[in-house]
Amino acid sequence: MTHHSDRPGQDESIQVRLKAGSVQALSIKVDALTRVEGEGGLQVTVRDGRVTDARLNIYEPPRFFEALLRGRRYTEVPDITSRICGICPIAYQMSACQAIEDACGAAIPAPILDLRRLIYCGEWIESHALHIYLLHAPDFLGYSSGLHMAQDRPDLLARGLRLKKAGNRLMEVIGGRAVHPVNVRVGGFYRAPARRDLDGVRAGLDQARQDALETVRWVAGFPFPDFSQDYQFVSLRHPADYPITAGRVVSNRGLDIAVREYDQHFTEMQVPHSTALHSVLHDSLPDDSVPDDSVLHDSELDGGGTYLVGPMARYSLNAGLLPVTVMDAARAAGLGSTCTNPFRSIIVRAVETLYACEEAIRLLDAYQPPQPSWAEVPPRAGTGYGATEAPRGLLYHRYQINADGTVAAATIIPPTSQNQRVIESDLRAFVADRLDLPHDRLTWECEQAVRSYDPCISCAAHFLDLKVDRS
Amino acid sequence: MTGPPRPTLAVWKFASCDGCQLTLLNCEDELADIAASVQVANFPEASREVIAGPYDLSLVEGSITTPADAERIRAVRDASRFLVTIGACASAGGIQALRNFREADEYLPVVYARPDYIDTLRTSTPIADHVGVDFELRGCPIDRHQLLDVISAFLHGRKPSVPGYSVCLECKRAGITCVMVAHGTPCLGPVTQAGCRALCPSCARGCYGCFGPMETPNTAALSARWRELGVSRPDVGRAFRTFNANSGPFREEAEANDAP
Repeated sequence: MTHHSDRPGQDESIQVRLKAGSVQALSIKVDALTRVEGEGGLQVTVRDGRVTDARLNIYEPPRFFEALLRGRRYTEVPDITSRICGICPIAYQMSACQAIEDACGAAIPAPILDLRRLIYCGEWIESHALHIYLLHAPDFLGYSSGLHMAQDRPDLLARGLRLKKAGNRLMEVIGGRAVHPVNVRVGGFYRAPARRDLDGVRAGLDQARQDALETVRWVAGFPFPDFSQDYQFVSLRHPADYPITAGRVVSNRGLDIAVREYDQHFTEMQVPHSTALHSVLHDSLPDDSVPDDSVLHDSELDGGGTYLVGPMARYSLNAGLLPVTVMDAARAAGLGSTCTNPFRSIIVRAVETLYACEEAIRLLDAYQPPQPSWAEVPPRAGTGYGATEAPRGLLYHRYQINADGTVAAATIIPPTSQNQRVIESDLRAFVADRLDLPHDRLTWECEQAVRSYDPCISCAAHFLDLKVDRS
Repeated sequence: MTGPPRPTLAVWKFASCDGCQLTLLNCEDELADIAASVQVANFPEASREVIAGPYDLSLVEGSITTPADAERIRAVRDASRFLVTIGACASAGGIQALRNFREADEYLPVVYARPDYIDTLRTSTPIADHVGVDFELRGCPIDRHQLLDVISAFLHGRKPSVPGYSVCLECKRAGITCVMVAHGTPCLGPVTQAGCRALCPSCARGCYGCFGPMETPNTAALSARWRELGVSRPDVGRAFRTFNANSGPFREEAEANDAP
C-alpha cells in the first residue's frame, strides 16, 4: 500500500489548498484552529459537490511522554504526567495514581478517594467554565472571543470567571496550585488540607452553584444548528456515582468491561496527518481490518470503530445517576436522557458544572481530614491500569512497573485521541449539508463544530509504544 | 476606541502543555484590567481574532522541538518589540528536554510505526538558544503574580521584580518549618529559584525544582546532603533531571550523579 504524506507541499494530489477568499471554494482549510488547547488545523475537501475528505490535522509537536517515563521512579509519574496538560493536570495525576496503585496492589481508603473526587470536581468546574465562557459560547453569540463578548456583556464574562475561579480555588486549597498541583502523590496526598482551609472556599462554591445554574439556563437559549449523529458513546460507569474517578468502561452498544480489559477492546493507531494517535474500538471491526503496521487509513476501516468520549457520552450513559436538582435543570434546559447534537454539548457541560458544584459541596460538608493522608504503596513488579473521566472524557493509563519501582513501560490514551475520528466523521456529515453557505460562514461553523468537542490537542499529541516490524 | 492606542500583546505556543498561557486566563480578577490596558492582538487559545504585528509584547510558551518551529520563532522575534518566555519549556526546554540525554534517535524510530510522518528535532531547546530573549519567566507552571508583574513591567518600561534567590528565603519568610532539617525530607529548595511561595514545603514535601536553578546554586553541596539522607545517586540524578533538566547547573549536577 502507498502511504501518503500529508505535510504541506509534499503531496498536493490529496489536498486542494486554496487561500481564503479564493473564488474556487473547493476546500475549507483552517491552518490554525483557535480557542482550542494546543495546535491543530482542519481541512475539508469537496469534489463535484461531494465531501471527499475531512481531517483534523494535528501538528502539535510530540513530546514523547511515554518514552521519557521509562526508567523514572513510580512515585514521579503523577508529577511528570500532569505536564501533559495544563488544563486538566488532575485528570493525569488521578489516572496515573490509580494505575500505579493497581500495579502495586495497594488499597486506598475511602476518605482519600473522597478527597481525590473533591479536587477533581474543582478541575471539572475550572475546565468546563473555561470552555463554556472563553472558548465555546462566543461562537454562538458571534464574538471572536470571551473578551470581545465582555465588551458588550461584562456581566457574562464576570460570571464565567467567578465560576472558573471557584474551581481553581478548590484545586489550590487541596493541591497547592491550580496548574500542576503539588500535593497529590501515589497513595493519596502529602498533606490533608485542614477543615478550616476548605471552609474558606465553601461560600465561593455556593455562589458557583448559583452561577452554574444560571449558566445552564443561559446556554440553553443559544441557537443550535440542527445536527444529530448516531454515536457510539463510551464512558466510565459507577454503580452509585456519576462517573469522575472510577468505574467500568461501558458503551451504549453493549460494551461493559473492567478498566484492565481496555487494551483488549481499543487500539491506538497512527495516521499520516496527525502527531496524535487515533483510537478505535475494534469490537465493531472485522478481524482483518486492523492494519499490521498500526498505521490507520480510513479506507481500511470505512469509518468503523469510531466512538465518542466526553460530556455527551457521560451524560447519555449516566444521566440517571445525577441528583434530582441537577436533572431538573437539565430537563428545563431541554435535554432528554441522551444528547446527540454536539453543538448542544455546551448544555451538557453546563449541567456537569452544576453537578460538580453540588458534588463538591456534598464532599466538602462531609470532609474530615484523612489520617494518615496517604496509604503506603510499596513497589512490586506488575502492570496496573487506571481510568478516570477528564473534563474532555475517558483518560486511560497503563504502567508496567519493575520490582525496584522504576517504570518499564507506560501507555497513556487521552480523550482527544479517542475523539479524533468522530470529529472527522462529523465534519464530513456537517459540511455535506451546508455546501451552499458562504465560505467564511462555513469555515467558522466548522471551527465551531470542532470546538464542540473541547479538543485538547496538547494532550492528544503523545507517543505510543509500538512494536515495529523492521523485516 | 478613543485615546492613545493600547500596547499590543501576543501569546505564542510551541511544544508545551498550555498551562502557562492558561495562567494568564487564570488571572480571573485581573483579566478585565489586562484587556483594558493592552490590546490582545494574537492569542489563538483565547481568540479567533488575529491582528497583524508588530507586537509590543510577546509572551512565548513552549520549547523548540521541530524544524518548522525553529523557523517560526524567528518570525515571532522579528514581529515583537519585547519577547518574554513564560515557563520551564520556553526558558529551559521543559520536561520534553529529557530526550536530549538519550542516545540519538532513540525515541522516534523505535516507537512510531511510521517515523517518516513525524518531523521532529532530536532535542528540545529553550527559546534563547534560537533568538534573543528580553526576559525569561521561570516556573512549571509560571506563577500568576509574577506574570502580572512582568506584563506590568514591560508596559511601564521598568525591570520585572522577579528575584533570583532560592526557595529557602520565601519558605523562611512564610514561617514554614524546614522539611529537610526537621524531617529529613530531601528538598531542592536551597538551589531552586523562588517564585512559587514555597508551595511544596507548605504541603510537607520537598521542593522538586520546577522553577529551575537559582542565581548561584551550590548543587554539589546539596547532592552530598541528599546522599547523607540516604538518597541513591540515580535518585539524586532523577531529581535534577525533571522540568528544568536542560538548565546548566541542574544538567551538570545530574550528570555528576550518573553512574560512572
